[in-house]
Formats: sequence, C-alpha cells, structure tokens
Amino acid sequence: MANMAQAIRMALHYAETNYDLKDVFGEDVGAPLGGVFTATQGLKTAWNSTLDERGIIGMATGIAMAGDRCVAEIQFADYIFNTMDQLKSAGNTLWCSNGNFPLPMTVMTPVGAGIRGSVYHSHSFDAWASRLTGWKVVMPSNPLDAYGMLLSCILDPNPCLFLKPKALMRVRGEELIPGEPSDEKELKAMIDAPIGDRSKWKPKWPKVGEYLVPFGKGKITREGNQITVVSYGRHLLLCNEVADQLAAEGYSVEVIDLRSIFPYDWQMIKTSIQKTGRVLFVNEDTEVTNFGEHLAYRTTTELFYELMAPPRVLAGKNIPGIGLAPVLEDASVPQKHDIANLIRSICAEIP
Amino acid sequence: MAKAKKAAAKAATKSAGKSQNKKDNFGGLDSKTVLQIHDLMVKSRVLEERLIKIYKAGEAFFWIGGPGEEAWGVPLGMLARVGQGLAYDYFHLHYRCSPTVLAMGVTMLDSIRLMLNRATDPSTGGRNFSNHYAFPQYNIAPVTSTLEVQYPVACGTAHAQKRFGKKAISIVTGGDAGTAEGDFASALILASRKGQELPVLITVQNNKWGISTSYDGQHGETEIADRARAFNIKSRVINGNDPIETYLALQEDMEYIRKTGKPAFIEAHVSRLYGHSSASGANPVQDEIDPVKQFEKRIIAAGLITEAKAKEVWTGYEEEALKATEIARLEKGPTAESIWDHVFVGNENADWRKF
Repeated sequence: MANMAQAIRMALHYAETNYDLKDVFGEDVGAPLGGVFTATQGLKTAWNSTLDERGIIGMATGIAMAGDRCVAEIQFADYIFNTMDQLKSAGNTLWCSNGNFPLPMTVMTPVGAGIRGSVYHSHSFDAWASRLTGWKVVMPSNPLDAYGMLLSCILDPNPCLFLKPKALMRVRGEELIPGEPSDEKELKAMIDAPIGDRSKWKPKWPKVGEYLVPFGKGKITREGNQITVVSYGRHLLLCNEVADQLAAEGYSVEVIDLRSIFPYDWQMIKTSIQKTGRVLFVNEDTEVTNFGEHLAYRTTTELFYELMAPPRVLAGKNIPGIGLAPVLEDASVPQKHDIANLIRSICAEIP
Repeated sequence: MAKAKKAAAKAATKSAGKSQNKKDNFGGLDSKTVLQIHDLMVKSRVLEERLIKIYKAGEAFFWIGGPGEEAWGVPLGMLARVGQGLAYDYFHLHYRCSPTVLAMGVTMLDSIRLMLNRATDPSTGGRNFSNHYAFPQYNIAPVTSTLEVQYPVACGTAHAQKRFGKKAISIVTGGDAGTAEGDFASALILASRKGQELPVLITVQNNKWGISTSYDGQHGETEIADRARAFNIKSRVINGNDPIETYLALQEDMEYIRKTGKPAFIEAHVSRLYGHSSASGANPVQDEIDPVKQFEKRIIAAGLITEAKAKEVWTGYEEEALKATEIARLEKGPTAESIWDHVFVGNENADWRKF
C-alpha cells in the first residue's frame, strides 16, 4: 500500500501524463529533494521556486490565467499567511471579471500538528481556507482519497486548495490506488529516490489509473446510531479509533469523513444527525470562528427540534501556536481521550 | 536702408536655419502614427473627464483613472501584440490604464458601463470600480485594487508564454508608491533568475505620489529603475509625458524582450492630473505637465495638424462620450440574484444553503 506522499506523487505523475499538468513547483519541490515529504520526487514537471510564497501564488495565478494547469506548493501552511492577499485575489478573479478569467490552479500545503513541529510547523489552515471564497478546499485522511482528491483538484477549472495532513504523509491506507502494485516494497523500489546521489535516478512509474473523489462528497467511515462525529484529515483517523474503542463500551458512533471542506456534504451530515440526534465536529484548527462552528450553527438552525443534545465543536485551543514540548502540543489540539470524553458526555445528555 | 535689408535677410536666414535645425521629426515616426497617438490621447482624456463628470453628477460612486498617463499608456497599447491567448501579449495593468485599453480597442461605452456599474459592463458585470478592466479577448487581465499583486502574476503568464514559444510577452504596470510592496521585488527576482529569465516588461509609472504621500516620503533609492539594475535587468528611466520618447523606448524594449526572452524595466515619469481618485476630490491640478495639451501644441507647431482640426478631435470624442453615457445610463444594473454568478466556473452552486 502506498503512503500518502507516494499517493500524491503518483497523482501528480498521472496528471502530468494524462491531464496536461504543466508545472509542479514550490520551495524544494524539484530535484534533488523532490519536496520535504518527497511527494514530488521524480516528476518531469517539478521545479524549484524562489523562497517566496507570494511569488509562488502569484506565478500560479498567472500560469492558470494563461490557461495552463499547475500545482503550486507552500512548504507548510504555517508560511502561507503572507500570501492571503494573493489567495483572496485568485479566489475572486473569476467573480470580479464577470466570469471571464477562470483559474485552473491547485495549491497544496502540509497542515496540522502531530509531528512535534513546534510553533511554525504545526499550523492548521482549514478554518482560514473556508473563508477563501472562490476556492474549493479538500483535506484527505488516507492515500487513496489523497490521490482521487488531488486529481479532482487538478481537473477542476477553479482554484483548489489541497490540504495535506503532514502527520499522515507516511501513513498507509487500506485500499489500493488503481494500478498500484500490492507489494509496498515493489512500489518503493519503483518510485522512491535512493539515499545519496540521485543524479542518474529515474522513477519507474506503475501504470496507475484515473480515480476521482468528487467535491462535496463525504464518506461514512463508521456506522452508528447514537452520535454523529464529523471530521477530516488527521483527526478523522483519531475519531475512527475512538469510535472503535467506544464500541467496546457499548456506544454506537457514526463517523463521517467530510473530505471536502468547501463545498461540503451537508446532506450526509444532516441525514446522519437526523438518525442520531447528537453531533460532534472535530478538527485541530483553533476553536474561535472554527469551520466546525459553521457546521454547528447550521445544525442548530436547521435541525434544532431533532436534536437530543447541543451540537459541539472540539478544536484546537485558541492560542497563538503549538508549543514544542509534547505536553504543550497535546494540550493544544484534540487528543483521543478528549474526543472520547466528549462523546461520552454528549451521549449522556438527556433533553 | 540697404544695410537694414541686409540685416533682416541675415536674421531671416539665421531664423530659418534655426528652425530647420530644430525641426521636430518625432523620432522618425510617420505623421500617421504621430496623429494616431494624439487622437488616442485625446480620446482617453475626454473619456476620463467624462467619467469624472459622471461621478460629480452623482451618477457613480467612485472614480479612479489615468488623466496624466496618456503619453505613456497610448503607445503601450498601440505597440502590443493584441489578441487572446498565449501567442499574444498579456497585460497586467493598474487602475490608471484607460489610455492603454482604448489604444487596444476597448470602447468608451464599455468603460462608461463599468463606471456606472451596469449589468452590461463586460469587465466586471457592475461589480468593480472604474478603470478595473478585464477583457479576455485582449489578454487584459483583471485590474485589482490591491497594489502590486499583478507583478508576480505577470511572471506567471510570461512563464507560460515562454513555454509556448511564439515570442509573446507579458507587460505589467503600476505606480511608484506600490513598489514598496513585496510583490514588486518578487517579480524582479522571478523575472531575472539566471537561465530562467522571463519575457516580461516590468514598468512603473512614477507620478511622485502615493495617494497623499510624496515620493520623498517613500523612497530612498535614486531611481526606482536602480532596483531592476541590481537584478541585471535592462532598465531605463523615461519621460512618460512625452509620447514619442515613450513609443521609441517601448518599441525597443519590446523587441529586446521578444528577441532575448529576457525581461526589461521602464520607469516612466508621468503626471497625475486629477489627484488620486474621487476620494481626493478629482479636481484638476495646475502644477503638473499636461501631456495631451503639450503634445497637441507640439504637433500644431510642427504643422501636422491645425488648431481647428485638433479641436474637432476633441469635440468628436466629447460627442462619442456623451452618446455612450446616454446609452449606458438607460441600461439595467445587475440583479440581486447575480451575486452568486461566477463564484465558480459554470455557475456551479457556491451557496452553502443549497449544499
């Protein structure tokens, strides 16, 4: 099974071969490194940009404006904040130009905590991203989804933001990408660059096929009828684990992998909440004006009389950063025991 | 008497010689081109003054535009390879660009539609300020209010043009105050990397103002063009109030970029004749050179046009502007429902209430 970095790499290879993807660029994206997480190794269209995030987003906008497809990377979302102006501009270009200038561009950036990344390698960006109108925003929780979502982003005629949970880059999935060798050692030998001199190395790409995850379509990863838990990215896996753990205690937890933050799958959330009457939204971005709050607001507004308990949001603490010491990081973003305790608490509430 | 005649004849000969020495050949440009430049400069000025009148009559909310940049903007629009797609030049303009877009073929009517935020405004559908043009058929990228974001975007279109290989270039314009933004430096770096140079004409229209802050209050460099020189970019400063000097400089630099695939930089000194925008009154200033009137005097003095014919150019465009205003005034504004149009391509639903 491919890990997420390999899945992203294979998606980019598929797109440069089949979708006329012209540029994959960003800091250290090209040879010899191929990305700090190796997600862009061996790609024929990958090149190193200047160390300038605003320049990267500006270039991507121009390339897309000229009609060429590109994927630009910001090497950690922690460093994307100085591009906000450019991101906003890319998101409003079609609208401001009366529909005349579409921008088929994808920006990918690693997000979130979980690797002891300290203050500037742990930021989340999903709440900020949800306010970037004109952008589609996705965040995969497994390699197959990463592959299918990235291809959907590249094919889409709109600006798309592909948020990579950095803690999952080495995590393997449970489903094969179409055409992927089932032996992970075989895959590694084919597409992972060797340690040391890479000047003569070339990848041997497997014949991967098209697989698209549509925007706005979530996935139920655990079925249950007592409470709905909605998450994405790294925390989706934590929610799955908690659901399995609580099943042993007799709880029936339905987990939804939202996958797509904008547009989002309200019908799936709604149907599930109508079944369970209880809902918890989990993510690791900071908690004030968190994207989960929008979903909780909508739940309250539209499903109030069907609820057995107030909708809840479990998110990162509203503090300036993630501290390096493990105790600081763990106290800053939701942990499994936080999720489990809150689920127990919500399920205990009686109207 | 004979002595007096001799002296007069000598003076006349001297005068004629002086006149011959001083004969303005307009940089070798033919009279048709010179008159076309004048014609478009007048057209642009008349349009901008009409836009200001529309604002002052209370028919529009805001005016910003380019009176004072005609001598720079008109040659720029005339010299471009105008069309749609990678084989043609891309324009990343700032909000004083009426002279350029008119020279490229945009109509007064479409500019006035933008000013009056009509649904028929092809640039923005009634969504944005005056001079915020967007015309895909001319590769005129959407003008933004945010200063300088257009500079690295121009490097992106130039990158795609270089790959396409048809010698088309990207052109970016902006003000002197905006060069303080990091995006300006981004473009200088992106355009000039060794072996990866980009075919982009980077320009600055230096009117010596940033809204109300003077040039000296914002700049320490001797010339803005010096910043480009630091990146080994072919760079020069020109009198952007002289359309002939501008035309020749642009022509040479555009050819250089098409030939070499490398960037060039022009700092053009221009005027700002009605202040920053309507926010500062949009009243005429008296102490700056009026490039349109100055050029008109020059071509009259050179005998290329009579005063009467020049006057006809002005009145002809004033009539056109007035008629265009009357047409646009009667056209409908956008509907409330249209706010959801074009959030995504193909009007794909962007309203979360309908997810």
